[in-house]
Amino acid sequence: MTVTQLVFLLTGGVTLGAALMVVLSPRLVHAALWLILSLAGTAVLFVLLEAGFLAVVQVAIYIDAIAILIIIVIMLTRRVMIRGETQITRNWWLGALSALILFGGLLILLDMVPIIAIDTPPPIADADQLLEDLGRSLVDVDRFILPFEVASIMLLAALIGSIMIAWPLTTRAEGEGDQ
Amino acid sequence: MDQILSDPFGWFNHLLHSLLEGWGLSPGFISFALNLLGAFVMGLGVLFLTLFLIWAERKIIARIQDRLGPNRVGPFGILQTVADLVKLVTKELIVPVGADLGPYNLAPLLAVMSVVGLWAVIPLAPKLLGADINVGVLYVVSIGAISTLSIMLAGISSNNKYALLGAFRTVAQMVSYAVPMVLALIVPTLLAGSMGMVEIVEEQRSIWFLVIAPVAALIFFISSIAEVGRTPFDLLEAESELVAGFHIEYSGLRFGMFFVAEFLHAFTISALTTTLFLGGWQGPGAAEYPLLGLFYFGIKTALVYFVVIWVRGSFPRIRIDQMNQLNWKLITPLALVSLMVTAVVEKLVVEMGLIRIGVHLGANLLLLALTLWALRAYSRTVRRRVENPMSGLTQSAHQSLSGE
Repeated sequence: MTVTQLVFLLTGGVTLGAALMVVLSPRLVHAALWLILSLAGTAVLFVLLEAGFLAVVQVAIYIDAIAILIIIVIMLTRRVMIRGETQITRNWWLGALSALILFGGLLILLDMVPIIAIDTPPPIADADQLLEDLGRSLVDVDRFILPFEVASIMLLAALIGSIMIAWPLTTRAEGEGDQ
Repeated sequence: MDQILSDPFGWFNHLLHSLLEGWGLSPGFISFALNLLGAFVMGLGVLFLTLFLIWAERKIIARIQDRLGPNRVGPFGILQTVADLVKLVTKELIVPVGADLGPYNLAPLLAVMSVVGLWAVIPLAPKLLGADINVGVLYVVSIGAISTLSIMLAGISSNNKYALLGAFRTVAQMVSYAVPMVLALIVPTLLAGSMGMVEIVEEQRSIWFLVIAPVAALIFFISSIAEVGRTPFDLLEAESELVAGFHIEYSGLRFGMFFVAEFLHAFTISALTTTLFLGGWQGPGAAEYPLLGLFYFGIKTALVYFVVIWVRGSFPRIRIDQMNQLNWKLITPLALVSLMVTAVVEKLVVEMGLIRIGVHLGANLLLLALTLWALRAYSRTVRRRVENPMSGLTQSAHQSLSGE
C-alpha cells in the first residue's frame, strides 16, 4: 500500500463518518461543523485526484460561502445556547431508505461507466488547458453564455428580493405597527 | 560555492535529499518527509517571528503615543514577549460552565491554522515557497474563511452573551469585507493573467502593480485590515462595549493562540500586499541571488506592516453603522468600478510598456479624484443636515434618520 492509498482510505473514512454525523448529531451547530469536515474531506479527495482547482473551489464555495452561511442562519434563528432538542424526526427510516436506494442506483450506474473498470486511469494530460477552455466557454457566444447570464440574472433577482424583504416599511403611519 | 549563491534553497534541499538517501530510505518516503519538514520549519518559523512582531508592535505603538514601551527584559525589552509567553503557558486553562467543548477547543486551533496556512503560497524569494499552486489567489480567499469560522465557533461555544455578540459582529464585518477584498484580488489576477502567486510576482518585474492599480491596492489593504479585525475595525473585541468580544472566555494558552493568530495575520496581510502589489521579492539583482530577494521581501513587508501599526496607532475605532456604510456604500462600489476600468483598459490598450502603464495610472487617478469629489459632496450634505436637522426633510425621512 502506497502513501497515496493510505491517505485516500483515511480521507474517505473521515468524509463518510463526518457525513453520517451530519444527520445523526443532536445539535444543529455540531451538524454544521461535521458538514464542514465532510466537505473538507471531499476537497482533499480532489487534491488526491490532482484536481487542485476543483479542491480550492470546493473550499471557497462550500466552506467559505455555504457552510458559513448555514452557521450564520443557525446563529441568527435558533437559540444556539439552548441544547437538548433532537434533530431526528419520526420519519427517519424513510430518509435512510431513500438514501440507500439512491446509493444503490448510483452504484449500478457508475458500474456501467467503462473507465471505472480500469484499475488506474491515466491522468489527463493538460488539465490547465481544459480549465482555460472551461472559463472561455462560459463567456463564449456560441456556447454557454446564455445559461451563464440567466444564472446571473437569477442571483440578481434574489439579491433585490432580499433587499425588498429587509426594506423598512415607511408607509405605515406611527402607532399602526403591530409591535 | 557558486551554486550556494545562485540557488541556496535548491542546494540545501539536494543536501538533505542525498543525506536521507544515504540512510537507505525509499524516494517516495524521502520527498514526503522533506515536504513535512519544510511545512514544519515554515510554520514554526512564522510562529516564532510573531514573538518579535508583538514586541515591535508594542514598541512602535508606544512611540506613537509618546511612551517608551517594553524596555526592561533584555536589550530594548526584546525578550518581553518571551516573558509574556511563559506567563501565558503557566496560566490555568479555565473552561466556562456550559461551554460546547468540541467547538470551544477547536476555535483557537483553527484561528492559528488559517493564518499559518496562508504562508504556504507566499513566495518569499525565487524558488523559496511552500507550494506553487496555479490558483494561489483563490486559495488565499478560501483559507481566510477558516479564520471567520474560528471566531464564529468561539462565539457560539463559549456560552457567553458578550462572546456571542462579538461573533454576530463577525458576520457583519468579516463576511462583508470579503466582497471588496475578492474584487480587489481579481485586479492583479487580471493584470498578471494568472492566479498563481509566483506568476503574479514574475509579472511585476518591470513595474509594480501598485503603480498600475493603486485603487485596487488601497481597497485590498483596507479590506484586509478589516478582515483581520484590527483598529479601526476592531469591533469584534471592542473592550468598551463587549468586554473582550469573542475570546472573553478563553484563558492561558488558548487565549494566547487567538492573540498570536491576530498579530501574525496582520503581518501576513502585509506579506500578501507586498506579493500582490509591491512586486514580492523583485528588486535589483534578486533573480541572480535569491537571498537578496528574501531581503527585499522582508524590507517591503516590514514597511507595509509599519503602516498597519501606524493606522492602529492613529485612528479611533469606528462605529458598526459606519463600518457597514464604508463597506457597502464606498469600498464595494469602488472595487467594482476599479475592476471594470482595469478590464476595459487592459482590453483597449494594446501597446505594452509605458503607454499601457500611463493609461492604467491615469484611469485610476481619475477614479480616485471622482471618489474624493463624491465624498466631499456627501460630507457636505451630512454637515448641512447636522447643522439644520429639519430643513428639506419630510416627516418620514426624518423619523427613519432619528432612529429605528
